Amino acid sequence: MVGGKTAGERIFTLTTVVIMIILMVVTLYPFWFSLISSLNSGADLARGPVFLLPREFTWGSWSAVLSDPGIMKALWITASRTIIVTTVSILYTAMFAYAFSRTYLRGKRFYVIIGFMSMYFSGGIIPSFMLMNWLGLYDHYLVYILPSLFAGFWNVIIFNANYKALPEALFESAKLDGASEFRIFLQIVVPLSKPVLAALGVFTAVGVWNDYGTTLYFTQSNDLQTLQYMILRLIQSNRAVENMMSMQGTNLAVSSLLNGTQGQGPVTAQTIELAAMVIASIPMIIMYPFAQKFFVKGVLVGSVKG
Amino acid sequence: MSSQKRKGFRLGYDFRTQFELLIMLLPAVLFIFIFDFTPLFGLLMAFKNFEPIMGIKGIFTSEWNDFQHFTRLFTNFQFWPMVRNTLGINLLSALIGIPVTVIFALLLNEIKHHKFKSFVQTVTYLPHFLSWVIFGGLFITLLNSTGIVNVLLMELNLIDKPIQFLADPKYFWGVAIGTGLLKDIGWGAILYLAAMAGVDQSLYEAAAIDGAGRIKRMFHITIPGILPTMMVLIIFAVSGMLNNNFTQIFVLQNPLNLPMSQVIDTYVYQTGLLQFQFASATAIGLLKTVFALLLLVGANTLSRKLTKTGLF
Repeated sequence: MVGGKTAGERIFTLTTVVIMIILMVVTLYPFWFSLISSLNSGADLARGPVFLLPREFTWGSWSAVLSDPGIMKALWITASRTIIVTTVSILYTAMFAYAFSRTYLRGKRFYVIIGFMSMYFSGGIIPSFMLMNWLGLYDHYLVYILPSLFAGFWNVIIFNANYKALPEALFESAKLDGASEFRIFLQIVVPLSKPVLAALGVFTAVGVWNDYGTTLYFTQSNDLQTLQYMILRLIQSNRAVENMMSMQGTNLAVSSLLNGTQGQGPVTAQTIELAAMVIASIPMIIMYPFAQKFFVKGVLVGSVKG
Repeated sequence: MSSQKRKGFRLGYDFRTQFELLIMLLPAVLFIFIFDFTPLFGLLMAFKNFEPIMGIKGIFTSEWNDFQHFTRLFTNFQFWPMVRNTLGINLLSALIGIPVTVIFALLLNEIKHHKFKSFVQTVTYLPHFLSWVIFGGLFITLLNSTGIVNVLLMELNLIDKPIQFLADPKYFWGVAIGTGLLKDIGWGAILYLAAMAGVDQSLYEAAAIDGAGRIKRMFHITIPGILPTMMVLIIFAVSGMLNNNFTQIFVLQNPLNLPMSQVIDTYVYQTGLLQFQFASATAIGLLKTVFALLLLVGANTLSRKLTKTGLF
């Protein structure tokens, strides 16, 4: 770049750096604050918040959360649905997009029309609720799996844009050698599409892990609760107690988690809540730097042109 | 091999290939029909005297009711406040969020220290990957009457008694807009940065030789360069104007802040799934979808006229 450093430009750079640092502190501090608070004794927290480091360190709240059967059940539901849905839906949607991207596909217009219709028209929450009931999926583990097995037309468009970069000659020679479409997909397309598979896989996993709507709308039993839903109920029940508000029914799994923490011991409802939030965000914190890397490599390339 | 030598053979148009493709496509077609299209029949409820007790059949057999669900809606005392909250939160979010995100991306683009730049990006992406339960929950804790924000403000003698950020309705919009901005500023900037990377670098060099400073280059080269990307995101924002982020609002909402936090989506959930008023909740949902589509088409047309960029 041409141009020297004038005083004005130095001030500009300095201001920029200061703004960035403030933004980073505002973003990170809430996590740090919950981490140290969850590792601090609850009775001590009642005297005033901790700022930089725990005053009275204890693993009490963490072990209370990690040994609670309700949390463990919710963790199992959340983790299993995340793994199943991510694997199946991304691989299947990649295959759909491959078939869709073939120039020799007959009736392509039909798939385009139903694809775009599925993106723009929706019956809304009540008709979906009735459908789940009708299909027998209401309050069943499969409600977490079946409706999500196709990742949607939006992802098809992204896969399609990525496939355009693959050399057509590769497919042609494989076809002339008599390879089936399935074989071309598995042995040529999948190995060459790792970045986009990884990117969309990470996004799907994040979305499923963070979802609480499905639990809220389509389930009612305690043993089908997801981790996010249970934490939501925990937050709501703690706020209700603090503000003396009425609650819409109590949640058995949450009350059993909070049982025995009443009073002013080292483990209180507040530290339990913070510990649960920190623990539930660990997988995302580990995974998201990869998402960032793959997003730039797999999704932006070929889809966004400045 | 003989089939390939036949006259008029075109690769891929044979029966076997088409059959294989059909097998690949069929499951998703079934999924779209079952999970996306079947619920559309449920929209009939919006025009009928439907009661949940009638079951699925009732959707088709119940009587038409001359748009009563819609006319009743406009006289419902909860309707206008909820439209105001929906539009208010979304409009202010877009008006503040888009410029702030663009400014953030512009400043980030000016940082030449590569490691610092990618560190800032990594840190600011983080909240995008956390659920609203966690991110909202963190802020509920921080903004509590005994939370750290109030403690700090009290220590600094800026306030006498704690501010009830989440219990007093008048702060709700601010909390919703602020947390929304903080959660997605880093992720939102990624698209603008990609667009900035696509701007022709020789333009900058030419401008620098002509004596244009950094700020001038930013205004005359970078911003015009990212305008198409900005327009696409503005179209998305306009078409999403009625579509509140349910997952966010529902986490931050409580009975005390309801006057300013009840939005269309939370109202549909509350009356529909908690109070079983299926038909009227569907009517509101339908009204919302129709207006959202109109907004999308309108914003797109306007953008095509003004800047020659659009989604379709």
